[in-house]
Amino acid sequence: SISRRLRHPNCPADPTRSLCSSILPDTLDRSSESFARNSAAMEGIISQLHSRIEKVMNGGGSEAVKRNKSRNKLLPRERINRLIDPGSSFLELSQLAGHELYDTPLPSGGVVTGIGPVHGNLCMFVANDPTVKGGTYYPITVKKHLRAQEIAAQCRLPCMYLVDSGGAFLPKQAEVFPDKENFGRIFYNQAVMSAEGIPQIALVLGSCTAGGAYIPAMADESVMVKGNGTIFLAGPPLVKAATGEEVSAEDLGGASVHCKTSGVSDYFAQDELHALAIGRNIVKNLHMAGNAGEQRHVMPDFKEPLYDAAELCAIAPTDLKQSFDIRSIISRIVDGSEFDEFKKLYGSTLVTGFARIFGQPVGIIGNNGVLFNESALKGAHFIELCTQRNIPLIFLQNITGFMVGSKSEANGIAKSGAKMVMAVSCAKVPKITIVVGGSFGAGNYAMCGRAYNPNFMFFWPNARISVMGGAQAAGVLAQIERGNKKKAGIELSKEEEEKFKAGVVEAYDKEGSAYYSTARLWDDGVIDPADTRKILGLCLAASTKNKPESTKYGVFRM
Amino acid sequence: NSQKLINPASARIEKILIANRGEIACRIIRTAKRLGIRTVAVYSDADESSLHVKSADEAVRIGPPPARLSYLSAPSIIEAASRTGAQAIHPGYGFLSESADFAQLCENEGFTFIGPPASAIRDMGDKSASKRIMGAAGVPLVPGYHGNEQDIDLMKLEADKIGYPVLIKPTHGGGGKGMRIVQSPNDFVDAFIGAQREAAASFGINTILLEKYITKPRHIEVQIFGDKYGNVIHLNERDCSVQRRHQKIIEEAPAPNISNDFRLHLGQAAVSAAKAVSYHSAGTVEFIVDTVSGQFYFMEMNTRLQVEHPVTEMIVGQDLVEWQIRVANGEPLPISQSQVPLSGHAFEARIYAENVPKGFLPATGTLHHYHPVQVSSEVRVETGVEQGDTVSMHYDPMIAKLVVWGEDRTRALIKMKDCLSKFQVGGLPTNIDFLFKLANHEAFENGEVETHFIEMHKDDLFVDPNDQLSSQVVYNAAVHSAAFAAACVCEKEHAVMKESSAGSASVWYANPPFRVNHCAKCTMELEWEDESSKGGSILVPVHVTYLPKGKYRIETGGSSSSDLELNVVHLRDHDYRVEHGGISTIVSLSVYQKDHMEHIDIWHGSCHHHFKRRKGIDLADVDESDHKSAADVASSHPPGTVVAPMAGLVVKVLVEDGANVVEGQPILVLEAMKMEHVVKATSAGCIGGLRVSAGQQVSDGLALFSIKG
Repeated sequence: SISRRLRHPNCPADPTRSLCSSILPDTLDRSSESFARNSAAMEGIISQLHSRIEKVMNGGGSEAVKRNKSRNKLLPRERINRLIDPGSSFLELSQLAGHELYDTPLPSGGVVTGIGPVHGNLCMFVANDPTVKGGTYYPITVKKHLRAQEIAAQCRLPCMYLVDSGGAFLPKQAEVFPDKENFGRIFYNQAVMSAEGIPQIALVLGSCTAGGAYIPAMADESVMVKGNGTIFLAGPPLVKAATGEEVSAEDLGGASVHCKTSGVSDYFAQDELHALAIGRNIVKNLHMAGNAGEQRHVMPDFKEPLYDAAELCAIAPTDLKQSFDIRSIISRIVDGSEFDEFKKLYGSTLVTGFARIFGQPVGIIGNNGVLFNESALKGAHFIELCTQRNIPLIFLQNITGFMVGSKSEANGIAKSGAKMVMAVSCAKVPKITIVVGGSFGAGNYAMCGRAYNPNFMFFWPNARISVMGGAQAAGVLAQIERGNKKKAGIELSKEEEEKFKAGVVEAYDKEGSAYYSTARLWDDGVIDPADTRKILGLCLAASTKNKPESTKYGVFRM
Repeated sequence: NSQKLINPASARIEKILIANRGEIACRIIRTAKRLGIRTVAVYSDADESSLHVKSADEAVRIGPPPARLSYLSAPSIIEAASRTGAQAIHPGYGFLSESADFAQLCENEGFTFIGPPASAIRDMGDKSASKRIMGAAGVPLVPGYHGNEQDIDLMKLEADKIGYPVLIKPTHGGGGKGMRIVQSPNDFVDAFIGAQREAAASFGINTILLEKYITKPRHIEVQIFGDKYGNVIHLNERDCSVQRRHQKIIEEAPAPNISNDFRLHLGQAAVSAAKAVSYHSAGTVEFIVDTVSGQFYFMEMNTRLQVEHPVTEMIVGQDLVEWQIRVANGEPLPISQSQVPLSGHAFEARIYAENVPKGFLPATGTLHHYHPVQVSSEVRVETGVEQGDTVSMHYDPMIAKLVVWGEDRTRALIKMKDCLSKFQVGGLPTNIDFLFKLANHEAFENGEVETHFIEMHKDDLFVDPNDQLSSQVVYNAAVHSAAFAAACVCEKEHAVMKESSAGSASVWYANPPFRVNHCAKCTMELEWEDESSKGGSILVPVHVTYLPKGKYRIETGGSSSSDLELNVVHLRDHDYRVEHGGISTIVSLSVYQKDHMEHIDIWHGSCHHHFKRRKGIDLADVDESDHKSAADVASSHPPGTVVAPMAGLVVKVLVEDGANVVEGQPILVLEAMKMEHVVKATSAGCIGGLRVSAGQQVSDGLALFSIKG
């Protein structure tokens, strides 16, 4: 009887959420001038994204693709298409890695990574692109490979390495070979993941020379293709130079040698299609390996959002000074546009609440303005709720930072911010961050930036990231510059100061762009806002294979 | 006074043993069931779980697969009848149906033989004797020699007297086995010896008769029926002119383009023929009609229910199996000659497992997909098989008979064409597409049928590989089908995966499959077996782009292509609705695994195509020490190798291993479905690796020998 009184009058005894939960209203003013302006601006931004993607999809160019085909080899994405279940989705990561990073183009960083299901088991794929610099590892290639392994380890995804690589890119060996997060880390990760029961599978579809030879050698199971697949520490020219022995690549390290004599490989494939078929079979036989998770409470039937995801492009802020209600984004990504908001009236510049995405429960934290004391405390509180209940967290970043000024400092904004950062850092639930607008300063930290190990982090193409805004930085730097010059006895003219400022703004503008970020792997990819819901659904499904862990926090400064 | 002869009710047939298999056994069981008569099936080991066994009330195993040890073993069948308490035996057609000895044995053992008296079978079984009797009864005969003297020189003299072309024919048996047409005196001796050997192998008796060969003949036959009181009536005629390898494939009733007067004369001649041998039960009198002179001649009488009896049933509205049972029970014929109706027109198309481009060679295999058309009072499907059954090398490769009825010939033909285009068989090659083409031929539509129909119109019925234009049309149609097939396969594969995934995993199987910032694509390499290139296959690469809402963009590369945009909706099981350019069509798709390949059969509109798709090799079947690819092992033998064109029995090996041969020289004789096939040298040279011997069973595609030039 008490529970009856507590229930909403419209809520039936049956706990179907529809009648008693909060459906977000449609607040979008489609006739406004800002709607039209933003839509037009975003259209340009999205088409630029698509044209950049289209370029990298062609790999190393038509000549290299043709050469690859003449060797009866498929392109990395074609290989993955034939490995994953027919008609299934593939979540590709960091497609624009290496974008305008080196003197020469390095499409997708020379390696394709991503997640897709094989016989229903989600796997992490790492596929060298032999049409890009012969599949050699540039520094960013190594970084992308390691990031894929990091996700695999965090989400307990079996790894499939589609090896077709000339090894380290020798001219850049100093940035590729020696450091902790360099080439050697690949094999270290294989060993550690294998020890944790995360399957490591290598398909040798092309050359696999020198250091690369350790990828199949360190794998739990490996497949080699007759003719195309070779594994050796040193190729025929080096062998001849070293020992005078003349030997063909096939006889030195072909599939036959390694499957019959050396035992470096386990399965002999007649050709590439055969190798891919064997790869699928290996995954079929993994049984429960790597799958330590338990099914969370997923609703089998879910409703699509009530509002059109395509409208996210009109909402995505192209001018970060313009404010908008983050709920208009939430209402376009959650099931049935239903959002049960937590602590709605308190600390209202941070929106927190519960929802489902493709039936999967989530806690959402989104920015609705600058972070105040109250907003940070509310964020920390909500994160605690979600970790207690083992609910994955989604961060929708659009943050200029924490409130500055004497009032804020006196209120202990640093203390409040620290609480939220502590909560974010220690939270042992899957975390996914989407940067929908700005990502500036300590706001980036509290909202689960790259340093806070989100399982996945994506940028909308309009998003910007930097320690502070370009104009603010220019202001700060101009003051320092003026001081320095003054010490040297030089007075900065108004004109000179403006020029100095413009230089800073330009640099911040360039380095703050989503493409600058994604080229360097500060994120896992730039995405079309309209795809946000789908990608969150896939990421959540990929992140929930872990056993729920209990979260232990450090010392909260009270 | 005839009433007194009727058996008392207690002696009426209540249980029938059917000494047959396949569709005819099922057909007889169906009528028996309707009459409340219980049925006993017999089966060989090859038929243990076949449809006729499942349909009968009881079933008895009678021996191993070879027919002579089972369905032709009279003692086993009699024993089965005794053990199950059957009162009557229905022989069906083929097997023991025209064995006078068997009919006699049944009567001697106290079983009612549902068929004619043994004496009539004996009289009509000997073709020479039957012609003498017919001649005496005033039935017109083809000029020829029907004597007992079989001396080759005398026979040649007789042949010269008749005038060439001359037909050589064994006196026993039927179905065209052992028949030879001799065009000139020079060819007579070889043909005569061949006919003798084939007759001996098939029927055990090698006597031969000679006849004038009629160049533009029609094959018209009359269904007759007699009771045990001397009443004989005819139930109109059937035209069975359209034949291949001397076997009928499309029959119809009544015969097109004949006058009522002609029909009357034909019927009277048939009744006279039956009366001359005191016939009762169902029988067929076959006539050859010379279309040039308008003359008809008696050919032979089949003393059994025939394969094509349903077309007669459709136009007279009677059940002939029921009549057979009633006559066997001693009842008089239910109607008199004047009461025999002739209503509408009926066609029967025989659907065979056979390899049409390889000269209609019998085929074997598994019916991975078997969806005959919907039956009604006007459409009958007589079949003895179900999906998953095997068409084996032991028996006749007929899969089904499609029988349709219409108010007139035109309407019946429209219906038959529609049914043929919807009759779906996947897993083995069939003649359905060929039958469809035949039924659509203008000459056939006009009823211009004759026994050389296929030979005469072969340019229209077969694609000439040298004809660029028609080859291109055929290729374009295949590419179009490949596009449809690829879209349906994508839809199907996706649905299968989606169904098997549960919980949060299901987001990975959204439709269309998700890709970050681009559309999902897949490439399907479909191999199409081009009939015109005689077994060669063409690779059709199909690139599929998944678009939202069940839409697919299909690029097929080749010259014919503009991209297609298709919308696919899965309706049920094998059926899809595919919309293209504003027109939506029902498409049926069958996908099955065979020989390391995925096979795809597609039906849409009046098109049927078969594709193969490689999906990687079965792990278990790869021997890693052997570096040959599985495709090599499966298909290519070293050049010069001659393989068995069909599964069959080696009857005779004509040369020794190591012999030098000339091109076209017969090397060995294979027999399958009681049909002989001579394997000839493909080129001149030395025979090597010839290890098969007479009496050995060989499988389809087995290397028989090689020739080194």
